[in-house]
Amino acid sequence: MSLTITRRGLLIAGAATAGSTLLAGCDKLPEGLSMRPLLDFGQLLSLRAHRLLLAAQPLVREYTLADISPDFPPNGTEMPDGIAYFELMSTQFANWRLVVDGLVRKKLSLSLDEIKQMPARTQITQHSCDEGWSAIGQWTGIPLVHLLQMAELTPEARYIVFHCLDEMTEGEFYYESIDLFDAFHPQTILAYGMNGKELPVQHGAPLRLRVERQIGYKNAKYVTRIEVVDRLNPIGDGKGGFWEDRGYQWYAGL
Amino acid sequence: MALSEQNAVGALDTAVGVQAAPMQREVVYRHSAMVRATHWINVLCLTLLLMSGLKLFNVHPALYWGNYGYRGVPTLLAIDGMIDPETGQPVGVTRIGDHDFDTTGILGVTYDSDGRPRRGAFPVWATLGDGLALARDWHFLMAWAFVINGAIYLLFGLFSGHFRRDLTPAAGQLRPRHILSDIWDHVRLRRPRGDAAKRYNVLQKLTYLAVIFMLLPVMVLTGLTMSPAVTAAFPFLFDLFGGRQSARTIHFITANLLVLFVLVHVIEVMLSGVFNLMRSMITGRYVIKREGTS
Repeated sequence: MSLTITRRGLLIAGAATAGSTLLAGCDKLPEGLSMRPLLDFGQLLSLRAHRLLLAAQPLVREYTLADISPDFPPNGTEMPDGIAYFELMSTQFANWRLVVDGLVRKKLSLSLDEIKQMPARTQITQHSCDEGWSAIGQWTGIPLVHLLQMAELTPEARYIVFHCLDEMTEGEFYYESIDLFDAFHPQTILAYGMNGKELPVQHGAPLRLRVERQIGYKNAKYVTRIEVVDRLNPIGDGKGGFWEDRGYQWYAGL
Repeated sequence: MALSEQNAVGALDTAVGVQAAPMQREVVYRHSAMVRATHWINVLCLTLLLMSGLKLFNVHPALYWGNYGYRGVPTLLAIDGMIDPETGQPVGVTRIGDHDFDTTGILGVTYDSDGRPRRGAFPVWATLGDGLALARDWHFLMAWAFVINGAIYLLFGLFSGHFRRDLTPAAGQLRPRHILSDIWDHVRLRRPRGDAAKRYNVLQKLTYLAVIFMLLPVMVLTGLTMSPAVTAAFPFLFDLFGGRQSARTIHFITANLLVLFVLVHVIEVMLSGVFNLMRSMITGRYVIKREGTS
């Protein structure tokens, strides 16, 4: 993520905060001054601080079967619209493929069975939504790092983009992105199983991302294509995800 | 001459001058520049943190205990607006444990300036951030400002002697008899005068210590416990507070305690002389009036 902060921008934004705090219902001030640079600076501080704290790549806490929450609210899309997904679903995703492309030496196209035969990881973790609720579930899937090693990243690779099957608005499908720091984490997996069963449709069947050190919306469901890129600008509105394009934080470790 | 000697004293937090007048009006330098600056930055931070925090609460206005919590799990507190099936009118319901309270107009359902009902736990005027993403941006930005400001204050307080000199109760202040008489003075709204007004009274000191060393650190730590990245680095935070949802609940309760503190603090300022106390927190100068000779 490129967050460019200018000192002048900061000073202006700082002066503006002092003067209009109680009026600020939005990030735009009447004179056309924007609080955005200051808010972005806050995001950058959090990202940098978290990367420092997580330099040793610790695992998030894993729970036992007894800790799994009785329910797990499906958020966002619960079943993608359209005949294409319906046909995939009604054939148990036999014709579904996961494509890995972009800045890789070997482009991959894998069936669900092929993915399930790769070394799997099962983890019981806590899912936290930015809305404030959280649930605990068990996920089984293939570590993302395994796929990336198979595909062999080129040296320019910086970000992993997940393209999804759920169409959010006309012609615009859900997508998300993480950088290599999170992509290579052992608990970052593409899950096809949940709580000992096949991944349910409402939770992103046949394959969803689990990126355990970040909150809900980063965990893209219905993943169909993994694109390796050097920058996020050319994709969607350029902010790195469907929600990011609507003002949400690209780094969502908090 | 004693008076002129006192005038020459320039150290922080000590008497810098006495008005050479018969009316016994002594000006003391009460708050150092660092205390004044960090105080007002803190006011700004806590105000914006509270307002953006209320917005965040409104997105999922329910509190739970333990690791998980979502719609369907028993709540400790839930605030919501609904339509009364009998009257067809909107009602705001605040549920604490198993008890429902009608809080229409205050919580759950509030009315805008045109008298239209609005559903939402806390009224819009009390919140900051037009939408969840922006409220999160504000909350985390101000959290950084608060933590940095707080760290500067703590270091200053420790090394300047501010904590030892101004906030640590003197031996005599901790005697039960003294504490009781201090409580009695507060009940009667009697303010300390003369030399006694130069230092904080014992209730004041204990309250400030509780806010600085308990409530505010708990706010920071429970806030961090809600971050999946921070808890990956420090999983003991879950054990400290009993889980992510417990931390969220404690964060909310502690925020309420801070609001209560600020209310009492502001009321005390009103009762004890707004002008003098505001001046002392802005310029540092605080006037003590004396009765009789000194």
